[in-house]
Amino acid sequence: MVFSTETQQRVLREHFGIASAANQLIIALAGNPNVGKSTVFNALTGLRQHTGNWPGKTVDNAQGTFTYQEQSFLLVDLPGTYSILAHTVEEQVARDFICFGRPDVTLVVLDATCLERNLNLALQIMEITPNVVVCVNLMDEARKKNIRVNIKALEKELGVPVVATAARNSEGLDELLSVLYQFANGKLKPCPKRIDYSPEVEAAVETILPKIQRLIDHKLDPRWVTLRLLDGDQGFIESISLHLELNPLQTHKEAAV
Amino acid sequence: MNSKSEVIALSSLAAGECCWVAAIEIHGLLRRRILDMGMVPGTTVECIRRSPSGDPIAYKVRDSIIALRHDDASNIKVFTSNN
Amino acid sequence: MKNVVRPMTTLAEVCMEADSIRLQNNNTIGDKIVTDIYANAEAIAQKVVTKPPAAKSLDARVDDILTSRIFGYPIMLALLGAILWITIEGANVLSQMLATALFGFQDVLTGWFEALHAPAWVHGVLVLGLYRGLAWVISVMLPPMAIFFPMFTLLEDLGYLPRVAFNLDHVFKKCKACGKQILTMCMGFGCNAAGIVSCRIIDSPRERLIAILTNNFVPCNGRFPTLIAVAAILVGGTFAQEYSTPIVALMITGLVVLGVLITFAVSWLLSHTLLKGEASSMVLELPPYRKPQFGAVLYRSLIDRTIFVLKRAIIMAAPAGALTWILANIYIGEASVIVHLANFLQPVAYAIGLDGFILLAFILGLPANEIVVPILLMSYLSTGYMIEVDSLEELHQIFINHGWTWLTALCTMLFCLLHWPCTTALLSAYKESGSAKWTFLTFLIPTAAGFAVCYLVAQSARLLGLA
Repeated sequence: MVFSTETQQRVLREHFGIASAANQLIIALAGNPNVGKSTVFNALTGLRQHTGNWPGKTVDNAQGTFTYQEQSFLLVDLPGTYSILAHTVEEQVARDFICFGRPDVTLVVLDATCLERNLNLALQIMEITPNVVVCVNLMDEARKKNIRVNIKALEKELGVPVVATAARNSEGLDELLSVLYQFANGKLKPCPKRIDYSPEVEAAVETILPKIQRLIDHKLDPRWVTLRLLDGDQGFIESISLHLELNPLQTHKEAAV
Repeated sequence: MNSKSEVIALSSLAAGECCWVAAIEIHGLLRRRILDMGMVPGTTVECIRRSPSGDPIAYKVRDSIIALRHDDASNIKVFTSNN
Repeated sequence: MKNVVRPMTTLAEVCMEADSIRLQNNNTIGDKIVTDIYANAEAIAQKVVTKPPAAKSLDARVDDILTSRIFGYPIMLALLGAILWITIEGANVLSQMLATALFGFQDVLTGWFEALHAPAWVHGVLVLGLYRGLAWVISVMLPPMAIFFPMFTLLEDLGYLPRVAFNLDHVFKKCKACGKQILTMCMGFGCNAAGIVSCRIIDSPRERLIAILTNNFVPCNGRFPTLIAVAAILVGGTFAQEYSTPIVALMITGLVVLGVLITFAVSWLLSHTLLKGEASSMVLELPPYRKPQFGAVLYRSLIDRTIFVLKRAIIMAAPAGALTWILANIYIGEASVIVHLANFLQPVAYAIGLDGFILLAFILGLPANEIVVPILLMSYLSTGYMIEVDSLEELHQIFINHGWTWLTALCTMLFCLLHWPCTTALLSAYKESGSAKWTFLTFLIPTAAGFAVCYLVAQSARLLGLA
């Protein structure tokens, strides 16, 4: 771990307005719109949730807590987006939280009836962090349409745990909880698939990756940062400056106090 | 098969017709949005239906249905057959 | 991991290098990245998903009807009418039951106060003011909400609303606005404050502001019961009992349609004046229809929405009821404060087809639209016609005793549809727009529209000798 628990708590509080307890594990919930993300959220947290806005943004934020095997979890619902390449405020909020809020796990909810498009988001998130659990939801709808998803094969392809659910019927939720618990406790080790890019993208990455590696100092995935810079994402450059450069300053300030 | 099939505007497709994305001649946020929803060059797109007034038009892309306004769809160029 | 000094110049340098690579590639690297990620997703999906050969799905067949050239619009109207009809029909029964129970309990309360030898003014403020205000809000407001919300949430869960946006986008495009605006208007049916917050789904800031400024033209659930009650007065007596509910439903459907038409007109005007601009693009997903979860629908509509709105109404109604009673019972000279206020407003109110009491009730109802009718009743009841209101039929009688004509009822309904948003909605508009100017316009536009429309209707009716 690069950040200590206290640092993580402070970043969550100051940058994302999220108050977490000391031994609480943070789970970010991501997914496309219309995949039953809020059903999963409600099924896991029940009534222990509260809603508001992300600090300084007119974007909804919902948080809820649940306990499994005496371990307390804080579930943070990210805006439903098709991508987190950050072209909209919602995407920026989702990306910044996964990137700088450093949740212990990011749970990505996918629609079993529309897996291809949903995998796009899962792959993008897996580029940022290896701590991903995938939940293939709406399995009941898929069965109705005779669509079959080979969960074991998907797990092998992605290299992260995959759980099949039909959250509306509470199907697969026990397994999901158990996987989240094991994952957060380091019992499941992810080995996420790396996206194969075309030669021209790889060549461009090669030229500046070493410089980024020196610059980023393992705080972020350097390959992913390189891709964002090549994409010309101005907002991301601002985010890096805001979130990463703040930390040393804060440490100094606290030492002075 | 002719390797160079005809290139037309997505908006000129009739309901039920299939095509393959050739180029997206749109800039800015909408371009990214369309790409993010999976309409990238080479993707199969099927025209599903038009709204009662003829605009917007619904397309099936990677198993989901997306509606675009006629003006925007006319800036997406597609092949009418797979080459 | 200790504090390493990271000079910003290095990051800037790398950014510049990345920029130059991007330009060498004609700015296509971003596209290439997205395309490559999708190629990966496609490859994985091909390995793990088995699909039956494409056949025409049930969804497609349903959409053939719901978005068809012939049936698309009529079905939307019919659904709206049907929901309103069921709401009115069901609310009648429920309201009557609640009114009987609650006003019955008022007599019990009065008995207790008498037994305790409480002073008359204490009984007045607490029972005739506060309790009766509450009883009115609950018996008149709760039933329509408790029926309307679940039905509407059901449509939302089914996935019908994006189809409405699909059907109507063309008109919004003509007004240079976004088709998703209709989704925010649908939310406005529940609560305008929620509707204004939901304008976030519109990407273009210009089009989002248009949606915020016009959301109040959709009558929220706090206003529906007022519309239903007043429409019933307008219809009452003219038609046989068995036709009155469908006719009331029809009238309110007409009023909602009028609100939607005004929304189009004002959106068009804004796009050509204050918020000049061209229609931007719209990408709308039409998700598959899903079987709603009835439990979740009931829970969400009753607990999250109905109870939320009712709680707010009660919090506002209790003090408003007490305040109204006090205003009605403090005399300055010959008349109570409320009569002085109503007399002061009378000339303006008369010009727009209302009376001073009605306009005063709308003004005092600024915190919550739900309390307009209760305030109006209380102020009427304090003017001498001291009949006990135990049932809803008597409500009609009170209005008629106070000189209501069909024109008063019509103008009250129009003014209810077209007047300032409640304070919660204004607060939401301020938070979402972040500007006092746009919040003020959110207040001003519907208010101006209300005065203009009511004035025109009232004056032309009088000119033609119809009223």
